[in-house]
Amino acid sequence: MADKKIRVMVAKPGLDGHDRGARVLARCFRDAGFEVIYTGCHQTPEQIASAAIQEDVDVVGLSCLSGAHRYLFPAVAKLLKEQGADDITVVGGGIIPEQDFQMLYDAGLKAVWVPGATLDSIVEWFRTNVQPRN
Amino acid sequence: MYFAAEVLEQSSTMRQKWEDEVRKVIAKNPDQKPRWSTVSDLEIRRLYGPEDIKDMDFANDIGYPGQYPYLRGNQPTGYRGKYWTFRMFSGMGDAKTTNQRWHLLLKEGQTGLSTAFDFPTLMGYDTDSPKARGECGKCGVAIDTLEDFMQLVDGIPMDRVTTSMTINPPATALWAMYCAAAELRGIPLTKIGGTIQNDMLKEFIAQKTLMCPPDPSVKLISDTVEFGTKHVPRWNTISISGYHIREAGSTAVQELAFTLRDGMEYVEDVLRRKGLDVDEFAPRLSFFYNSHIDFFEEIAKLRAARRIWAKAMRERYNSKDPRSWWMRFHTQTAGCSLTAQQPYNNVVRTATEALAAVLGGTQSLHTNSLDEVLCLPSDHAVQIALRTQQIIAEETGAANTIDPLAGSYFVEALTNEMEEKAWEYIHKIDEMGGMVAAIEKGFPQLEIADAAYTYQRQIDAGEKIMIGINKYVSPEATPIPLVEIDDSVELQQIERLNAVRRKRDNKAVKRALDDIKAACKKGDNVMPYCIEAVKSLASVQEICDVYREVYGEYRDPGLY
Amino acid sequence: MEKVKKIKGGDVRTASRLIRNLEDGVIEARSTIKHIFPLTGRAHVIGLTGSPGAGKSTLVDGLVESFRKKDKTVGVLAVDPTSPFTGGAILGDRIRMQRHAEDPGVFVRSLATRGALGGLAKAVGDAIHILDVMGKDKVIVETVGTGQQEVDIINHSHTVLVVLIPGMGDEIQAIKAGIMEIADIFVINKADREGSSKLRREIMAMLDMAPPETFAAGWRPPIIRVDNAFEPEGFGKSLEELSATIEKHYEHLVQHNLIGSRVRRKAAVELNEAIRNSVLEPVLNRLVQDGEIEGMIQKLINKETDPYTLADDVARRYLKECDA
Repeated sequence: MADKKIRVMVAKPGLDGHDRGARVLARCFRDAGFEVIYTGCHQTPEQIASAAIQEDVDVVGLSCLSGAHRYLFPAVAKLLKEQGADDITVVGGGIIPEQDFQMLYDAGLKAVWVPGATLDSIVEWFRTNVQPRN
Repeated sequence: MYFAAEVLEQSSTMRQKWEDEVRKVIAKNPDQKPRWSTVSDLEIRRLYGPEDIKDMDFANDIGYPGQYPYLRGNQPTGYRGKYWTFRMFSGMGDAKTTNQRWHLLLKEGQTGLSTAFDFPTLMGYDTDSPKARGECGKCGVAIDTLEDFMQLVDGIPMDRVTTSMTINPPATALWAMYCAAAELRGIPLTKIGGTIQNDMLKEFIAQKTLMCPPDPSVKLISDTVEFGTKHVPRWNTISISGYHIREAGSTAVQELAFTLRDGMEYVEDVLRRKGLDVDEFAPRLSFFYNSHIDFFEEIAKLRAARRIWAKAMRERYNSKDPRSWWMRFHTQTAGCSLTAQQPYNNVVRTATEALAAVLGGTQSLHTNSLDEVLCLPSDHAVQIALRTQQIIAEETGAANTIDPLAGSYFVEALTNEMEEKAWEYIHKIDEMGGMVAAIEKGFPQLEIADAAYTYQRQIDAGEKIMIGINKYVSPEATPIPLVEIDDSVELQQIERLNAVRRKRDNKAVKRALDDIKAACKKGDNVMPYCIEAVKSLASVQEICDVYREVYGEYRDPGLY
Repeated sequence: MEKVKKIKGGDVRTASRLIRNLEDGVIEARSTIKHIFPLTGRAHVIGLTGSPGAGKSTLVDGLVESFRKKDKTVGVLAVDPTSPFTGGAILGDRIRMQRHAEDPGVFVRSLATRGALGGLAKAVGDAIHILDVMGKDKVIVETVGTGQQEVDIINHSHTVLVVLIPGMGDEIQAIKAGIMEIADIFVINKADREGSSKLRREIMAMLDMAPPETFAAGWRPPIIRVDNAFEPEGFGKSLEELSATIEKHYEHLVQHNLIGSRVRRKAAVELNEAIRNSVLEPVLNRLVQDGEIEGMIQKLINKETDPYTLADDVARRYLKECDA
């Protein structure tokens, strides 16, 4: 019997090691019934894109608190696209000023969260906007 | 016994009466919620009285300021001789921009400097490393070589102002730059003062600024402790930090316990590896705590920390010098207590947290700016944050008397409870074979992860409140001006680095780096070689690459 | 088949999607496997099992590096447990192997057990075939590591590594519980820890007690000590020794015609599993869709009948040639 699960990669691009949010979210996604692949800290965009494809995830969730999201998030989206994997949804969160939201959406991100977003609202967004693919 | 028998008897009778009254009132008017607890989920009783602290021993548990066990502070004169150091953590863009901010802060009445480095510098990479893309100058200042560093301290009176540097794996390289800069400006090493954070254990536990495995990381730290003891006596070569542990989501007790146990680990390593006497180096160990939003819990934590450290130094390590028993510490208000929503509320949070730090007896304080949850702080926001400290010091009267909350039934009981719970953790880690062993097992990491998850769940469920997040939410955003680091900073910094590489004597650089490598392999102290290397204009990454090659690279095991 | 061609050409997207569909139980994915199966049999499959905290993922990471140095391509299947309460899983083995993420010669795939017992995921067998057909020289399978009997790994591997660490105490119990018999190579990981020699002696003693026919064609499982991963030099050297021993074991299998018996074991298990899928699953699906199963359960609760009678009924209806 088909038993489709949402597969999510929680990834921390760049040199920032503040992983509280990423780890809390990884647990929260597991508790929501998703399969979560956690990459650990200090990943390059290339490592993340390549791992996302090998793992065939539905979503890549990026977390960055260092301010380097302007480079790192679009880089991941672009690499996925170049490798024909733009059906993988890319979302992100961290210390991200509102004025950067648009450039991230333009780069292909589907959602951006800042501190204060509730776990339930994030899970709800995933349930509504992400379908396990075929 | 802390109270005379008749006091306790009286209290017991009166308490009975009060309890009866409470029951009656509750029957009609129930409490707003069934359980009242601190932000760390420590349950708090409705009232504290003499029976809650009756077992205290005045001389051994409370005492006087400047006397063992230093519960009431290290200084006999409190803040009357000198307020805490107003030390605002700052760094942004390139060295020149940060230098300008430093001069502004000193002009505004700041009394000590504190350096924030950008991520490539913090992780020991040069700005042109592929791993550094997009990070240059974003969350601190970019330093590649001594040339940058000379610009950073340009015009700063290095013999008068103390400088703290938040730097961990590459601490030897950056401290070497500070020493070299002083020497080049004709200031002897005995005259410079400051702190390098240089606390790797909390990086493995919490903040993940990682380079080499735990054992060689601690070896490098012991090198700096030894070098400081012998040559830079006014320098705190390590700032044992609970701040990041707390920011990673720990409880107050975990912050207390893991930080102090980290401190003990460093003491034990220096004793074992360097053969110094404990009183030769222990007076220069410093600490760094978080001041979170739960006012009394934080005060109790800081008071308990002083008492635990004094006991540990005297009883565990047989230290004889009272200066080794002092726990001197810097405090920073809690970044994780701030909200991006309704950001002006952050001023109130920071002020409350700063007051707790002062009532807890901090020696040095950073107050967060209201916009730090969104970006690097603006000049205006930093000014408000600094003024917050100045108002607490000079207007509120909080500094008038020493340790004003001592003797409070509640504060003393909470202080005792936190100390007890901290010792439980410390003993548990002892049983595991020490902190390095506990870290390898993932013990502190997982304890913190559990606490962080529990807290987030409580916020989601509305059991813990954050105004603007899960209560009193306002739909419209409050726009505030944001500081942005231009992406062009990166290109300019790379150009500067390339210019240095062209003009320096690359053979001399290689020789200097080979000397560091040889010292690593032989187990010699690397510091003298690092100073020579930075003088030859070796870069931060070039020095760190030597460590990575000899000691191996540690990757985040990503425990969850 | 377009897909098979792509997988043969090493296409990562197609391969990972096929694994995904097999995990999800998508029926069409099985027909692709029909075309994959005849092409399999090239890869050397290495299984790793051992208790939690034994450092399996770090060891896999080191083995990948060692194989890559010899220009072997590597596929890794890392299994982590599914939470029985939420159905979710955190798959964290990959973290230790992320430095190979950009190496086109390495493919790492994490799988959740999704209720499968025995330390593996249901799709592992087919996933191994896929990596095999992708042209991976070595396929490394890392079991969950719950410390329970994880013996399924032997049905899928040519070479089984049992990873132990000193000072855990329960290791010997685990060995007694059945892991002992499946080891082709023992690894004492983190061998710098106290108790390493004791552990070694205990394994030796147990091997000494085993009847000689346990050791197929005279292969007595060697015990390899691996230094702490925090000591890069020693760890690297241990890993070279380990990968050389793994190669030696494979050569031993080839020389003594033992590959055949391993292949037979895997074939039997796969056939079993496939029959279950093809015969049982459609029947169960039908019963669920019709809602008939609910009625049957109710009858059992009411003690109107027993499970065997109901099962016989079902068999009579669906299986023509079976005299139930």
